[in-house]
Amino acid sequence: MLHFILKRLGLAVLVAFTVSFISFSLLFLSGDPAAALAGETASGEDIEALRRLYGFDRPMLVQYGEWLWSALRGDFGESYYFKLPVASLIADRLGVTMLLGVCGISFALLTAVPLGVVAAIRPNSLIDRAALFISVAGQAMPSFWFGLILIVVFAIQLGWLPPSGTGTWRHFVMPTIVLGYYAMPAIMRLTRAGMLDVLSSDYIRTARAKGANETRVLFRHALRNAIIPVVSLAAVQMGFMLGGSIVVESIFALHGAGYLAWESIARNDLPTVQALILIFSMFYIVFTFLADVLNAWLDPRMRSS
Amino acid sequence: MSEPLLSVRNLTLDIPTGSGTLHAVRGIDFDLNRGETLCIVGESGSGKSLTSLALMGLLGKGIKRSADRMTFDGTELTTADSRKMRSLRGARMAMIFQEPMTSLNPAYTIGDQLSEALLLHRNVTRAAARARAVELLEKVGITAAESRLSQYPHQLSGGLRQRVMIAMALMCEPELIIADEPTTALDVTIQAQILRLLHDLGREMNMAMILITHDLGVVARVADKVAVMYAGELVETGPVGEIFNAPTHPYTRGLLRCIPLPGKTARGSQLGTIPGIVPSLVGAVEGCVFRTRCPHATMECRGPIPKRVDGDHAFRCIFPDGKRHDEKELTA
Ligand SMILES: Nc1ncnc2c1ncn2[C@@H]1O[C@H](COP(=O)(O)OP(=O)(O)OP(=O)(O)O)[C@@H](O)[C@H]1O
Ligand SMILES: [Mg+2]
Repeated sequence: MLHFILKRLGLAVLVAFTVSFISFSLLFLSGDPAAALAGETASGEDIEALRRLYGFDRPMLVQYGEWLWSALRGDFGESYYFKLPVASLIADRLGVTMLLGVCGISFALLTAVPLGVVAAIRPNSLIDRAALFISVAGQAMPSFWFGLILIVVFAIQLGWLPPSGTGTWRHFVMPTIVLGYYAMPAIMRLTRAGMLDVLSSDYIRTARAKGANETRVLFRHALRNAIIPVVSLAAVQMGFMLGGSIVVESIFALHGAGYLAWESIARNDLPTVQALILIFSMFYIVFTFLADVLNAWLDPRMRSS
Repeated sequence: MSEPLLSVRNLTLDIPTGSGTLHAVRGIDFDLNRGETLCIVGESGSGKSLTSLALMGLLGKGIKRSADRMTFDGTELTTADSRKMRSLRGARMAMIFQEPMTSLNPAYTIGDQLSEALLLHRNVTRAAARARAVELLEKVGITAAESRLSQYPHQLSGGLRQRVMIAMALMCEPELIIADEPTTALDVTIQAQILRLLHDLGREMNMAMILITHDLGVVARVADKVAVMYAGELVETGPVGEIFNAPTHPYTRGLLRCIPLPGKTARGSQLGTIPGIVPSLVGAVEGCVFRTRCPHATMECRGPIPKRVDGDHAFRCIFPDGKRHDEKELTA
């Protein structure tokens, strides 16, 4: 187990370095950073001055090393737009995004797992078909469109929920549904397929032969095995969601890190964009790593190999 | 021994398929007394597993079961509700399956899985259940039993897993144990050990046992009664001596081509093979199912077949002696 975790951890660190380099180079791939910083009306001399001021004239690797070293200490430089440290800017916004991510994945799990289980118990039943419809619709429907429909119906026409902002829990209802719905189809189908597979296995018959009741058979014997891949999928989805909340946060004007990313891209605020990309990627890497660990913890076969 | 522990009359299993109803098991009758061992023999697909699952109430959805009678110690199983069946399963009747590699839950330890039946059926503490688990693991010949409790199925070999399955079936000291080809998936060397173990434990605990096997040597040594199954029917049933010494149904004789005798038949000798094909059991099944392979078949075999009963011995054939005497002359 320890060996396995160390191996995965090593891999995660390697990926993290690669990602950090890529997100750093974005600065240069997106054009001349000094020109971007100086604005459209600046003269050539102004740009050159800025280039020297910010150190863009030095070799790229040196700049990367310097940036990474500061980043590791939590210093991501200063936002071009807000003229504030990027780190504190992001720290202020991250809470909303994480809350949204946790709500979103919880919503997805709480709806997808029961639906998947019921669909597997009664394959081809009405519930199974309904679940399939929900999941296909979820996959076909873009988040922004679904979000707009919800706003039109529940905020504008019915007036039940606020259309935007972060003031109360009610502000989080629609964003949670939109974000969670995005992750739901995959979780549901994996649960259904896993349960179908497990329910027809010999050890389920053994459990019944012992006199276990259906609830015990379903949950203790079947779901416990079928959920293993679902848990790791959910962890990966969670990583995705923290980054993927950009769209949802922009629709509902939730002032989280995703919204900040969207604003910063529009404003060409490169240090902020860079830091956000790095942070979102780190979330993804951390959750993928957690998925592996969880998987090993849940599956005794992986634990000992 | 007034009333048999298990009494089955006219057990019939129908499976709806795309092309019609599959009459997988038809009109099975047998009795089993306490402490007795019944061996069911018959080729692959003859319905042995379905029959044992039907007794346990473990048939898959969609399989239709009917019987005139199916009593276990006086309880009618055909009308028992699922709650009643659960209280019997694992407690008073237990089953050992054909597939030791996949019959244990990969997510739980051996100890958890052994304790489960006892905790479900008896009012015992976890510690007591584990103590019982250790006791039984030792009984089935597993060394370092205590430390096995915390192991997972994937850490054990097939032979060990089947021993665990046996121990698991014995946890509540059932009165009936059904072992469906418990050794086919195992090494030949281990097969004999496991069967001997099962037989000895059965004797020791005075359990009735239904043992499904292809090994005639085993049948000769452990059976009290033998039931020969062909294409969903018990074509012949009787005490082991009579079946081996005077097999009457032409199919039974085909199986026992060399007429093995209890004690003489070599361990591991397989059922004889008989040329011909098994008829489809989809749609109406009429007449004798063995007629397509029977050397004595006549037009009459397409009609109703009488069940001939003589004490404990019964067989289904239009010929009063199953043409036993004719065949003796032929081969003499
Ligand atoms: N769920 C099912 N659906 C359709 N057909 C089935 C089902 N279960 C069993 N059968 C069919 O019923 C027949 C009897 O099957 P069964 O498993 O009882 O045979 P068996 O005598 O145990 O054979 P083996 O020695 O190979 O284990 C076979 O032809 C099989 O294909
Ligand atoms: Mg079978």
